[in-house]
Amino acid sequence: MADRQLAPDTPELRARWGGFAWSKDNAKQAKIIVARYPDGRQRSAVMPLLDLAQRQVGAETNTQGWLPIPVMEYVAKYLDMPVIRVVEVATFYFMYNLVPVGKFHVQVCGTTPCMLRGSDEIMAACKKRGMSIGHVSDDGLWTLTEVECMGNCASAPMVQINDGNYEDLTVERLDAVLDALAAGGSPKEGTQEPGRHTSEPSGGPTSLKEMVKANHDYRGEW
Amino acid sequence: MLADRDRIFTNLYGFQPWTLAAARKRGDWDDTKALMARGQDAIIDDMKASGLRGRGGAGFPTGLKWSFMPKESKDGRPSFLVINADESEPGSCKDREILRHDPHKLIEGALVAGYAMRARAAYIYVRGEYIREAEVLFAAVQEAYDAGLIGKNACKSGYDFDVFVHRGAGAYICGEETAMIESLEGKKGQPRLKPPFPAGAGLYGCPTTVNNVESIAVAPTILRRGASWFSSFGRENNKGTKLFQISGHVEKPCVVEEAMSIPFRELIEKHCGGIRGGWDNLLAVIPGGSSVPLVPGHMCPDMPMDFDGCKEVGSGLGTAAVIVMDKSTDLVRAISRLSYFYKHESCGQCTPCREGTGWMWRVMERLRTGDAEVEEIDMLQQVTKQVEGHTICALGDAAAWPIQGLIKHFRPELERRIGERVREAAE
Repeated sequence: MADRQLAPDTPELRARWGGFAWSKDNAKQAKIIVARYPDGRQRSAVMPLLDLAQRQVGAETNTQGWLPIPVMEYVAKYLDMPVIRVVEVATFYFMYNLVPVGKFHVQVCGTTPCMLRGSDEIMAACKKRGMSIGHVSDDGLWTLTEVECMGNCASAPMVQINDGNYEDLTVERLDAVLDALAAGGSPKEGTQEPGRHTSEPSGGPTSLKEMVKANHDYRGEW
Repeated sequence: MLADRDRIFTNLYGFQPWTLAAARKRGDWDDTKALMARGQDAIIDDMKASGLRGRGGAGFPTGLKWSFMPKESKDGRPSFLVINADESEPGSCKDREILRHDPHKLIEGALVAGYAMRARAAYIYVRGEYIREAEVLFAAVQEAYDAGLIGKNACKSGYDFDVFVHRGAGAYICGEETAMIESLEGKKGQPRLKPPFPAGAGLYGCPTTVNNVESIAVAPTILRRGASWFSSFGRENNKGTKLFQISGHVEKPCVVEEAMSIPFRELIEKHCGGIRGGWDNLLAVIPGGSSVPLVPGHMCPDMPMDFDGCKEVGSGLGTAAVIVMDKSTDLVRAISRLSYFYKHESCGQCTPCREGTGWMWRVMERLRTGDAEVEEIDMLQQVTKQVEGHTICALGDAAAWPIQGLIKHFRPELERRIGERVREAAE
């Protein structure tokens, strides 16, 4: 975690983000989030609020979003906690972007289960398209990251792009997804293998076959 | 093979909707009030009798864990149930299927378990990367509130119980129970020293039990069908059904519910279409997620897939995340990649782990290319022993075991690489 650093606190950054405040919808959402925790424990809401703030920054910049230091200060003030405690959280957890990212944050899982199924080729294909790890591409569209196990091991290899997972990838399938995103489309999420539904064995389930067609109630067979 | 009627997660693959209406047709939330009316002690006794062991990896008996919670609050502190949905162990992908396809089993389980341990509320901690899964869970919880199944007078039982969803943000270590509690309190997810144990002082200093998603989600079905039904599967001490997740070099990787103690070969043949390239092509298997030592292929076919069966071959069942590797695998790289994972995920609190994981990874990378001395294999082995057991939580152990497994079973391969590099240098 040592390689995670905050973006420099410059006058330009202050000028751009110093006036950050919740949008109307997010102000409502923030209240709902804080209400999930007991009275006096509003600090528990720091993680969901940082996520909310990152998404708002994303919406304002047409990217996945990130956390400039003035935004962290805003969250700290909102929750009445010291700024350093918010910075600690933001730097500890990897899903908070500490520097600007592209419109699409392409997160290639490279941990062993994905590696065994060909994540090297997926990573290479991303690089071949001009992405490089930790940088925003010149057109502002792509940021590439190698991430640790995303929990899609039975449909590996996979990438997560912003909020969506694309699984069972080959280079061709990945290219199709990325082309569609670049063209402003919304490709189907989940497994990209034709005929596969989710995590059942490819080619059809070996169990619970009744469930494919109808919402079968097995209680009659107990 | 386990009969479909005995499978708990009937919508495992999400062919049918996850919604309350659909879940009810499958039998969820069926007279939950009657389950609760049996009484808290009776529920815990049933869970103990079922033989259910925690499905998060450690395998601690679930009913026993629940019984550690205080029966009454002497000082006014409430109790909490925290449900661990921070599934991040490489190879594990079962809780995801429950969250997105059968969330009502989990929510009903939260109510029943929370009631049995006299908790005021449950927090479900979902790993941050499970974005769509959390969306489903949020919606399912709202459905349950709207239908009066949770909240005030849950299921008209007279018991008030809340369920909250909390999303993580990408830290494997938060799957450790005290790190999860820290994270829920809005801090860095760094594990706490124990004691005090969470059942005494956990979330907000209150008595807390942390359970895995699968352990909680199976509870209502166990209570409905009876402890003896659940304990009719699996060998002694390894009872019940279990979600297995098979990844890597099998023909058809999948998630499937099977009876505990199913032999490895049967699991692979029945559900995964066999090993890629046939059984002779099997090199090694990691039977329980990245934290357990690998098992050489020849020891695997008859291995009963349960806690004791995996232990007998020097490994562990963990979360039943089976990573299969055939002979095309660069095994040293596969394990080195896991070392990188632990280096990446070490929280930095304890020195042996913070420094050791990086050190072990760097040596593993040199062993991968053979750029090492033979003596360094022994040195690496020693260092893993110095990390293991010398940290607050088990991440240090988890980083050490895969390497120890590699050295134990595949030392000749490490030496071969070193020798090859020496020869190349000489030429």
